[in-house]
Amino acid sequence: MLPITLLSVFGIAGLFLGFKLSKPTMSLLTVLFIAISALVFFVPYDFPAELMGNMMVFDKFGVAFSLISLFIALLIIPMLGNFNEKEFAQPAEYYSIILFSLVGVVMMSTFNHVLALFLGVEILSISMYVLTGSDKKNIRSIEASLKYLLMGSFATGFLLFGIALLYAATGGFTLAGYTAYIANNINQVSPIFYLGLLLLMIGLLFKVSVAPFHFWAPDVYDGAPIPFTAFMSTVVKMAGFAALYKVISVSMVGLFDFWWTTLAICALFSLLIGNLVAANQTSFKRLLAYSGISHAGYLLISVTTAREGSDYDLLFYSFSYALASVLAFYVLDAVAKATGSEDLDALKGFAKSNKFLGFVLTVSMLSLAGLPLTGGFIGKFLIFSSAIEVQRMAWLVFAGIMLSVVGAYYYIKPVAAAYFKEGYTGGEVEISSGKRFAIAAAVMLTVVLGILPVVFSLFYDAI
Amino acid sequence: MNALYLTLIPIIGAFVIYMAGSKNAKYLALFFSLAILGFGLSTLLSFNPEGGLQGVWSMPWLPKAGLYLAFGIDGISILPILLATLITPFIVITTFDKKLYREELFYALIILAQGLMIGSFTALDSFLFYFFFEASLVPVIFISAIWGGANRIKATLKFFIYTVFGSLFMLFALIFLYGETPGAHSGLIADFHKLELSSTVQAVLFACFFIAFAIKTPVFPFHTWQPDAYTEAPATGTMLMSGIMLKMGLYGFIRFLLPITPLAVSEYGHIAIILAVTGIIYGSLAAVRQGHAKRLLAYSSFAHVGLIAAGILVFSKDGLSGSLFHMFSHGINVVGLFFVVEIIASRTGTFELDKLGGITSQARWLSITFVVLMLGSVALPLTNGFVGEFLLLFGLYQYNPLIGFFAGTTIILGAVYMLRLFQKTMLGNAGSHVKNFADLSATEKWVLIPLAILVVTLGVYPEPLMKLTEPAVKQLIETHYLGR
Repeated sequence: MLPITLLSVFGIAGLFLGFKLSKPTMSLLTVLFIAISALVFFVPYDFPAELMGNMMVFDKFGVAFSLISLFIALLIIPMLGNFNEKEFAQPAEYYSIILFSLVGVVMMSTFNHVLALFLGVEILSISMYVLTGSDKKNIRSIEASLKYLLMGSFATGFLLFGIALLYAATGGFTLAGYTAYIANNINQVSPIFYLGLLLLMIGLLFKVSVAPFHFWAPDVYDGAPIPFTAFMSTVVKMAGFAALYKVISVSMVGLFDFWWTTLAICALFSLLIGNLVAANQTSFKRLLAYSGISHAGYLLISVTTAREGSDYDLLFYSFSYALASVLAFYVLDAVAKATGSEDLDALKGFAKSNKFLGFVLTVSMLSLAGLPLTGGFIGKFLIFSSAIEVQRMAWLVFAGIMLSVVGAYYYIKPVAAAYFKEGYTGGEVEISSGKRFAIAAAVMLTVVLGILPVVFSLFYDAI
Repeated sequence: MNALYLTLIPIIGAFVIYMAGSKNAKYLALFFSLAILGFGLSTLLSFNPEGGLQGVWSMPWLPKAGLYLAFGIDGISILPILLATLITPFIVITTFDKKLYREELFYALIILAQGLMIGSFTALDSFLFYFFFEASLVPVIFISAIWGGANRIKATLKFFIYTVFGSLFMLFALIFLYGETPGAHSGLIADFHKLELSSTVQAVLFACFFIAFAIKTPVFPFHTWQPDAYTEAPATGTMLMSGIMLKMGLYGFIRFLLPITPLAVSEYGHIAIILAVTGIIYGSLAAVRQGHAKRLLAYSSFAHVGLIAAGILVFSKDGLSGSLFHMFSHGINVVGLFFVVEIIASRTGTFELDKLGGITSQARWLSITFVVLMLGSVALPLTNGFVGEFLLLFGLYQYNPLIGFFAGTTIILGAVYMLRLFQKTMLGNAGSHVKNFADLSATEKWVLIPLAILVVTLGVYPEPLMKLTEPAVKQLIETHYLGR
């Protein structure tokens, strides 16, 4: 409870401090706020859980996911630098909303009572609706925000209806209640329960932009300001998967035979649509949006596997994916600032005058493509090697592996453009020390995860 | 430990070269490649052919999943490793006369490529093998894409996508095998060898492995990336690809395909062999018709590796020892020949055979070394090419006389296109682009004369190399061969 309380208090404090403090100080302060909230997870004292009606449990999985999400958020904070320079920008608001949204993230990772899940989803989503539309002078940003709001509310409706039906079937809201219900009625699970589960699943799949519930994602990602797109495609997605994993893979594992086909088919759709459509994009930002859909497919394979150790795979993959994505968005941010364009063509020859960012782009793309030496490869390996244990999922593993070749193609395109082509119009991009620090940390972690994945087990065992 | 050093020193060396800057890059690269050669030779001296796996070093990599960083050398990998250590100093020297863009990067990439390729030969864990198999692409890709010819980006991208596509089939097979290992799972290749798989599963795995390695090698009909990639890459890139890299594919056949899917090899091996033999004839005929010297060599290399792949898939003692030996000699010949063509092109400015001719009268040393390398390539007795090709053809003949006959056309057609290459470039009247052709410089002699000597020495006295592989080949056949 302590981290959630702190994040909320810091968020409100930040709003007031925004009147007094300069933009760089605010950024630094937010980093500090998030870091403190993350450290608080390690404080042994906590409110008695009963006070909150056992709505949340800070177990290993939830804490690990929360910590990783907070860490990724830390890496994204410096990216707001360029956006904050616009004349209408209100940095204090953005920072506070990010802090509030992190409350939602923590709730989604640690909930035990599905109403806490619902609250978490809403806190996170409403924050994101606002942030998506924060580029006030840009019509596409407003459009994206509205689209996101409408579609998002619709999905929340599904989620809530699902929760209501599950309540109707089981008479309870807790995950343990679901598990117990399935165990007690294994041969006569009520149709209402199935329907509730299905609606709940749809609501959550929508939030993590898995195909065929992905239609909002490219437009919203494209319209939102770059730092918030980065936030959506990493932190928000991770939180969604944490929730999905807890509800489906852990508490409803008894109904594996029922839901595995649905999830497996959604995973296949995501892989197909994400990869094949990404290969045809001319805009780097949209490419990253579709690549996010394809990675949602890989993550969904892990959720579907639902075996012992899947939590670790999911965590590892999310982390390596988020690190690489953040790096890609940093490069996109720099290119967009220098050339005013978010297209792949703007990257042509980029690496010649920006050696550091060129290298960053290479690391990021190789990791997203899942080539060895990077965290992305180990992540894919973990997911596939667990999934192959479930005999009937072999076809999905095969499809996943084969479709990563399409990934290799469109991830190598930006790198090839940056290194081997001519025509870069911007100059050398200046990188502030905060950004440099965040980028260096993410690059190092990506490579370390690829070469010495042991490091991550050490982190996981330490929680 | 030796196996680890052979992999690690080049990788560290590449880093040092890059950091040291462009001034001393070429000398540092030579130093490192010679140091690795020294290590390679010391490994050779301490290598006991009867001793199985040697020089092992291992450490947990992903303890939760049972993966290891494990390196070692045995009778199958010793020759490819030796080849990689032996050939790289020559590849480094071939560029000494040139002024290159960003030399520190160039030489660092060569040495890095060497380290990663040796890594794939020494890796004992299948995922470590996969890791090196993929990672070694990166330096080669960069060499081709930065220093290559006019169409380099397109050719390189095709090469990259094609090989990555192939490797993914292998990745699937490896992950499947990993899931099959009993208990807490293991990725060690040796544990894969122990698995007993049903014939349907073996057939699927056979297809996966075959596609992966056939693309890398390349075997017909997966070769379409090869002529473009070889032609557009700079000479150094071509030498790395044809000299060492394609051996990774052939090595994969021996290391994975034969022992893991022996049932499928005896059932479906003939399809693969027929494809490979088709490749021999196709490649040879294409080489005969080429007007571009480098493309001609690319097709000739394609034909030769087709023969090696066919010999491996026969799964007999002659086929396997012949293929290991021929892998070694092919590496030497092809590096020498690509260098000869590069020398000619750099002085005349063209690869077109029609514009060349009459070089012999102006360049004696080039002519002599070219003849020796060419004879090695057409497998004249007493050259290194003969030993390997003889064993391979003999193995194929025993498998099926008709296939042996078709594969044998490689000798005739090989003589045709190689003699044509020699005649068009070296003999006759001086071509339109041949004026004041300078003979070999000192550094060029340092490459071509030792290579020519190797061609003859190995041809006259192949025994020591054959002895290295014999026990391992015997053991492989005894443990895994199921007859047909």
